[in-house]
Formats: sequence, structure tokens, C-alpha cells
Amino acid sequence: MSKVLEVSDLTVAYGAIRAVRNVSFRVEPGELVTIVGANGAGKTTVLNALCGLRDIRGGRIRLGTTDITHLPPQDRVALGLSQVPEGRRLFPRMTVAENLEIGAYTRREAAAVAADLEWVLELFPRLRERGRQLAGTLSGGEQQMVAMGRAVMARPDVLVLDEPTMGLAPQIVDLVLDALRAINANGVTVLLVEQNAYRALEIADRAFVLESGEIVMTGTGAELLDHPDIRNAYLGYDA
Amino acid sequence: MSSFDIVTSSFRIHRRRGHAVAEAVRAGAFAGAAAIAFALVGAYLIMDRRFVVEDIITLAQTVVLLFVLGGGHAAARSAARDGATAATAIGFGALAGLVAGLLFAAAILLVAHVGLRSHLVAASPMLVRAVTFLGAPGSAVAAAVLVTAGTAAGSVGAAAAMLRADRRTAVLIGLAALLGAGLFRDVFAGLLHNLPGLAALEPMVFGVGGVTPVAAAVIAVGAAGLSLVLHHRRRPPIAASTRRRIEGVLLVVLLVLVPLVTDAFVAQVAMLVGLYVLMAMGLNIELGLAGLVDLGFVAFFAVGAYTMALACSSDPRAAVHLSFWLALPLATTIAAVAGLLFGLPVLRVRGDYLAMATLGLGEIVRVLVVSDAMKPYLGGSQGIIEIARPSLGGWTLDTPLQFYFLALILAALVGLVSWRLQHSRIGRAWLAIREDEDVAQALGIDLVAAKLLAYTVGAAFAGMAGAVFAALIGSVYPHSFQLAISINVLAILVIGGLGSLPGVVVGSLVLIGLPELLREFGEFRYLFYGIALVVTMHLKTEGLWPAVARQEATDA
Ligand SMILES: Nc1ncnc2c1ncn2[C@@H]1O[C@H](COP(=O)(O)OP(=O)(O)O)[C@@H](O)[C@H]1O
Ligand SMILES: [Mg+2]
Repeated sequence: MSKVLEVSDLTVAYGAIRAVRNVSFRVEPGELVTIVGANGAGKTTVLNALCGLRDIRGGRIRLGTTDITHLPPQDRVALGLSQVPEGRRLFPRMTVAENLEIGAYTRREAAAVAADLEWVLELFPRLRERGRQLAGTLSGGEQQMVAMGRAVMARPDVLVLDEPTMGLAPQIVDLVLDALRAINANGVTVLLVEQNAYRALEIADRAFVLESGEIVMTGTGAELLDHPDIRNAYLGYDA
Repeated sequence: MSSFDIVTSSFRIHRRRGHAVAEAVRAGAFAGAAAIAFALVGAYLIMDRRFVVEDIITLAQTVVLLFVLGGGHAAARSAARDGATAATAIGFGALAGLVAGLLFAAAILLVAHVGLRSHLVAASPMLVRAVTFLGAPGSAVAAAVLVTAGTAAGSVGAAAAMLRADRRTAVLIGLAALLGAGLFRDVFAGLLHNLPGLAALEPMVFGVGGVTPVAAAVIAVGAAGLSLVLHHRRRPPIAASTRRRIEGVLLVVLLVLVPLVTDAFVAQVAMLVGLYVLMAMGLNIELGLAGLVDLGFVAFFAVGAYTMALACSSDPRAAVHLSFWLALPLATTIAAVAGLLFGLPVLRVRGDYLAMATLGLGEIVRVLVVSDAMKPYLGGSQGIIEIARPSLGGWTLDTPLQFYFLALILAALVGLVSWRLQHSRIGRAWLAIREDEDVAQALGIDLVAAKLLAYTVGAAFAGMAGAVFAALIGSVYPHSFQLAISINVLAILVIGGLGSLPGVVVGSLVLIGLPELLREFGEFRYLFYGIALVVTMHLKTEGLWPAVARQEATDA
């Protein structure tokens, strides 16, 4: 059920400023790949372009065997690409249950949706009693769980996440990343964007480093963790 | 900030708080200024002719009193928030009342001794006489009475603020009941008069201009007592959902029964309320659910009305001659198609342009209808007359009451459709778009399609209301389709509670029904409209009858 995600020569600009320049990468089916980079490197821009939320200046995007470069966002979701946006972005005045339900908006098979809801609640047991609570009243960690659950409810082949650990306490970060690994183990291809490079590289099969809109380095998660440049620039310590 | 947020928050007031003394002076000055403005625009004299309590207190006096009571109340609360004792807080209330009284008395002395008449028609000797309770008009004694009364009222307002919450509510409800009974004397008197067995009560409860003193005491004490009893008996508390259901049933009973037992004038007002309910249900889909700020809603009301006119009039311009029952779905459909055609280009644009584009549409339609170019088809400013009344097997609907029930039945149907839509897949999508358009899109919702559907449904409901309106009035004129209608409908939603169907009904009653019933006060009735708006948004920021999900936020 997993699909390959292939990006070639992607260029995205805001007016005259090209925030993403000729970026190419491939995420194989079932992989967990991370893009790390400093604030402003262009990570969010890449993800939004993938999901069709940003017009692109050039390049192609392929999902499985389909060229999705010019498809509207809703068609990309239907084809199996779903996003956990930066800053969670729940619908604050809708309940947790409604937030999760709307994740499955593009799907019609009620039984399968119900099964996936059960799966999400197994991934995040804390959400079980909170179905009727308004999403805006949840803690940051719980909101992140709902945001991930909402994206999973679309039953994606490829799940992209924009800084899901941002602003969370260390033990909540563990919880979120464990769930992410479980989702990945269930056959979902994962593209994880993180500024918190250390934790992302730890769990990633492969990684790209994005700097000023360009990919400057690639390798397995372990390779980059050990790379001296990375240690200096992104992990904030040298040892 | 999106235009949706601006619309929904524009009636709220936010202000930083200062020191208690400054707050008291500010509250007093505000109350005094309000009272002066009230008097100098001429509202005082008009409302002074109407008693709230027969021969005891007039409506004008009540309004000024409420200003000062409110000022004292606000001063005391802000003092108490700063940790003042009850006695000190009441002192601050008295200070606020004193300031208000001084300002008002000074203004009256000015009116009495300096001729302001050439600038302000209402600054007349009549006004001075009206606020003289002791001594000669314009004398120091008369002024001292005003200052003393102000100080006393400020203290009373402050003392009320020091009561326990349940008692404060009871006092408020008692006063509100009394004011309501006095203000809407005619409605309630008509009710009593027409209810079998209660007719004998009418002269006991109501005098010529207001409530009789005895009845006033009974009403105020009764309402306050009832409020206390209900407050303390609620153990175990009634579940919120049950309470809402009970309130809903009461609302329906009220809507069905009250117009039946009152006079023709109330039925006419009810008819107007019914039309606005229909329209507001349409805008509720657009704004309340999907968050589309539509300022040209009246355009589709006009399309529906003119379709009805061209389909049912005996005018030579009429295209066809249909019965009302065929013309109604036709008008609804044509309005929907108009919505679709206009929405198609406009809804593709993201963000706040919709408000501007729709505002333009409303005006375009009105200008088009009065234009010479369209005159051969739409009758220009003379409009189209002689629209046939609806009839059912030989029986013709012609009284406002019958039209009211027609509107009520249609509103029930439209309400049902709204409810089903709201709780369907597309309803969820609308809410999501309202909350966060970008994320909704990222989750696979087709923004243009969903918005277009909301816009089309809203236009259809507006068209239906327009069609009924045309059949009721029997004619259509371009001047009936002003921007004010769009604004009224918008205000109904904000006051009633966005996305809430009962809120639509309550909002229409409060914003359309009440001002109509207060017609005797001319333009000044909008004073009540404005006060109702500001007070509502201040006390109940989510509207009078908020949508369910939001109410749970406060319960949780
Ligand atoms: N809406 C926008 N308009 C103009 N410039 C933007 C916009 N969004 C992002 N940028 C710029 O594009 C660059 C990449 O931003 P972004 O993709 O948000 O980076 P990251 O997610 O890695 O922090 C930054 O220089 C940022 O200032
Ligand atoms: Mg970012």
C-alpha cells in the first residue's frame, strides 16, 4: 500500500525570493525519512509545495505512479498524501472526535474509517476520554496527538509532518516519536521535517539537510548523527 | 485577523482598567454623558410620555436611572476587584452617581439659562420642566435634587453589585421583567385581553401607559423570587442538553401561540420576524457554518422577490402566470442559480475579498433594478404591483397572521434542511473551513466546491424569503432592497449566536421584533437596538443562544 514520493528540481519562490531551489529527493515506500534544517531553511515551504498548498516555480512531484505536480490539494489527499501541519493547527472550536473525523473527509468507507479511528485511539490512548472535549482546550502534547491522528485518519500512503515535536516536553516528544514509528511500522511512508535534528536523526532511516533552500547533505540517520558538521551546526554540541 | 473574526468581534468592547477612583469618575462621567446625550437628542421627552409604572416612573426616567445605576455598579465592581470592602465600594458607587448627577444637572442648568435651542431643538424649556421634580425649573433646588438622586442611584447600583451572585441576578431579572412589561405593555395587554379567562386581569395589571403600581411590585418581586427559586432548586442540576431541549420547546410554543392571541399589529411584526428568520437561516449557512462574510445577501432576497413578481403579477411585464406554490420553488431555484453564477468567480478568491465583492453585488442588483435599461422588464422605481396572493383550493391567504404561519412553516422546513446539512459531511467541512481554511484544504476539502454550496444554499433561502415577502406586500419596489437588510441579517446572527438555529430565531425576535414593537418611539427605538447589541456582546460574547459545541467549552 505504500507509495514512493519523488521530488525533482523543486523550486518555490515568494515573489522574487526563491525559498526552495532545485530540490530533488526520493522517499522509498515504507521508509522514514527526515529533512532537518535551521529555522527559515525552507522546510515548511517544501512540505506545502508537496501538498499543493503553495504554487511552485519549477520541478515535478510524483506520488507512486502519478504525477501530482499540478493536482489540487484535495486530490493529493485522496491519492494518499497527508500532512500534519506546523504548529498542529487543530480546529479549536470543534471537538476532538470531530477533528479526527474530518481527517477522513476524503474517504467514504464507514467501516474502515471506524477501524482507523480505533487504531488512532490505540496509538494515543489519552485521546479516548477526550472525544467530546473542544480541541482548543487540550494541552500542547494532546493537540499534537490529535493533529497526527487527524492526518492518519486519511489513511495516507505517505505522511508528512512539519516539526511535530516543537514546543513539547521531552517525555511527550518520546510519546509522539514512538507513535510515529508505530505508524511507520504499519506500512506508512513518513517524511518528517524537524529543527530538533537529534531526535529526528535517531529514528530516521535516511536524512537530508536543507540549508537556505538547498539540500546540502544526505545520508542515513546514523551517518548524519555522527557527522561533525551536523554536530556543530544542528545538534548544538560537539563531543 | 480575517473579516470573519472582525465581524464577529466588532460589537465587543475591550479596555484596560485603571485605579478605582479614576474608574468611578470614569463610570460616572460615562453615565452622565449618556444621560445628557439621551436628553439632548430629544429621546427623553418622547419617552417621558410613556410610563413604565403608571403615574410613578416614566420610561425616560427609567432609562436615565439605569444609566446611573449601571455607572454605580461598574464603579463598585472595579473597586471590589481591587480589594475594597463593601462599604468602600458603595462609596465609589456613590461617587460615580455624584459625578453623573453633577454633569446632568450642569447640562440642565445650561439648557435653562443659556439658549442652546438654536443648536439643539431638544434643549427646550420643556426638557428643563420635565426633569424638575422640586423647586422652580432651572433653580438650584431642582439641580440639587438631580445631584442627590444621582448619588443615591449610584449607591443603589453599587449596593446591588455587592450582593451575592444569585441575588444580584434575581434583582436584575426582577427589574428586567418590570421594564419588559412596561415597555411592551401593548403586547402583554393584548395577550391578557385575548386569552380566555384572563381578560379581567388586563385592567388590573395595565394602566393606560404602563404597569399599575401593584402589578409592578408583583411582577418584579415575582420574577426575582422565581429566579432565586429556580437557581436553588436545581439540585441535581438539569443536564445542559435537557435544558436546551426544554428551552427549544418553549421557544416553539411561543412562536406558534403568541401571535395567535395578540392583535393584528403583533401578527404583522411576527410576519416580519418570520421573514428575517428565513433569511438569517440562509446567511447562517454561509457565515455561521462556512464563515463566508456575505454583505450582499439582500441581492438574493431581491432576486426571489422579483421572480415572484414576474411569475404571479397581473402586470403586463409578468413573464408567466403561475400560482404562488409553483412560483415559490421557482424563485428559490432562480436565487440559487444566481448565487451559483455569482459565487463561481468570487469564491475562488481567497480571504477577505468576498466581503467587498458581495457588498458590491448587493448594490449592483439594486442599481440594476432601478435603472432605465431594466425598466421595461422590472418596472424601474415604480416596481411591479398586483402580485397575486397565495391561495389553497379557493382559500386565499391575506392576513399578516396567515402569512406569518406560512413563513413559520417555511422556516421550519428550512431549519430542518439546515440542521441536516449542518450535521452531515459537508456541514463538518464548512465548520472546518470557517475555523481554518488552509488546514481544511490540506485535509482534502475542496474549498471552492464547499463554499459554493454554502453560498448557493444561502442564496436559495434568501430567495425564498424574498418570494414570500413579495407575495405578502403584493408589490415589489427597488427601495425595499437596501444594504440595511444585509446588515440586519448579519447582526441577527452575531447576536443570536453564529451557527445556532435557535439563535437565529432569538436574534430575529430581539433585533427585528422588539424594535418594531417600539415604533411609538420613532427613530429612538434604535437606541434600545444599540444597547441590546452592546450589552449582549459584552455579557454573552458567543450570542444569546450559542451553538452547542461552543457552549460545551464553557461547561468543560
Ligand atoms: N508567506 C511567505 N512570504 C514570503 N516569504 C516567506 C513566506 N513563508 C516563508 N517565507 C520565507 O521563505 C523562507 C523559508 O521559510 P520556511 O519554509 O517557513 O522555513 P522553515 O520551515 O524551514 O523554517 C524563509 O526565508 C521565509 O522567510
Ligand atoms: Mg517551518
